[in-house]
Amino acid sequence: MANELQKVFTRSPLLGTDTHSLCPGCGEPTAIRVLMENVEEMEERENAICVLGIGCYTAFASLMEVDCQQAMHGRAPAQATGVKRVLPDRLVFTLQGDGDMVTEGIQEIIHAAARGEKITAICLNNATFGETGGHMTATSVVGQKSKSTLDGRDPDVHGHPIRLPEMLRDLDGVAYVARGTVHTPVGAKKTKKLLRAALETQRRGLGFSLVEILTMCPTGWFVPTADGPRFQEENILPVFGVGELKRPAEL
Amino acid sequence: MAKSIGTVDILVDSCKGCELCIPVCPPKVLVMSKAVNAIGFRYPELRDGCTGCELCAEICPDYCFEVFRGRAAEAGEVSA
Repeated sequence: MANELQKVFTRSPLLGTDTHSLCPGCGEPTAIRVLMENVEEMEERENAICVLGIGCYTAFASLMEVDCQQAMHGRAPAQATGVKRVLPDRLVFTLQGDGDMVTEGIQEIIHAAARGEKITAICLNNATFGETGGHMTATSVVGQKSKSTLDGRDPDVHGHPIRLPEMLRDLDGVAYVARGTVHTPVGAKKTKKLLRAALETQRRGLGFSLVEILTMCPTGWFVPTADGPRFQEENILPVFGVGELKRPAEL
Repeated sequence: MAKSIGTVDILVDSCKGCELCIPVCPPKVLVMSKAVNAIGFRYPELRDGCTGCELCAEICPDYCFEVFRGRAAEAGEVSA
């Protein structure tokens, strides 16, 4: 039928109806949207448990229509381990930022990965401590200006950024590792597929899965909101390559 | 092949004026308003020519877009 328009895109019912409190131009709501769309499409709404770390995205717990737990800073993988071991049939995933997963709780994620816990860890990497107003994290890129590196991150003083997925790839317990980006619509669509593969890895009991999602933080990068995608392309993407790093043969 | 036509509903009062949707729109039919919404931000307005490609909805951090799509009537076809 010509001229009859069908609704092809609407907000997922798993994202509630309220507005959220994150800044203009933030990438995290887009990452959480594609995650929740996957949970909806996999029909795991009643079965999903999200363990949240501490960061801006923590405020999203009030919007996400799945069961949520709040972990201590950086300890979401340990808490998710407990949840999954007690309730092995549930779809358990963590939602953490780079400040939470890489800076504060890197030992938790490394040990959870090495144990091969059948959980999915999701890292929203914006290369800054967004919630505190833009301080350096372990994933801030060299030269990046932040409130704690006013002249840019200097590797002699502040060290080099940590690429966590590349670090974890070689551990035997790890089944699926990928990195996505949400600074373009195409990137968001691809990230949705990466998250789907990670959640499928868990559902089939193949081992630990991790997806790092590069999100924009114009507030913490001190750039105008419309410049967020450009900043990410010029500064973040050359350091953090996007794509699948490890994929189980069974998937 | 029939041309794709579409439209978007923009939830103006959810918008925080980040302007991410403006450059990603392929037919360039979104422009920022001069007026501001209830929370003081300018918001996108739709001009003619939307194809319903969903790219604005994919990038919008504030879930402001509902997208509708169909195909245009071909020559000789009478629309209902």
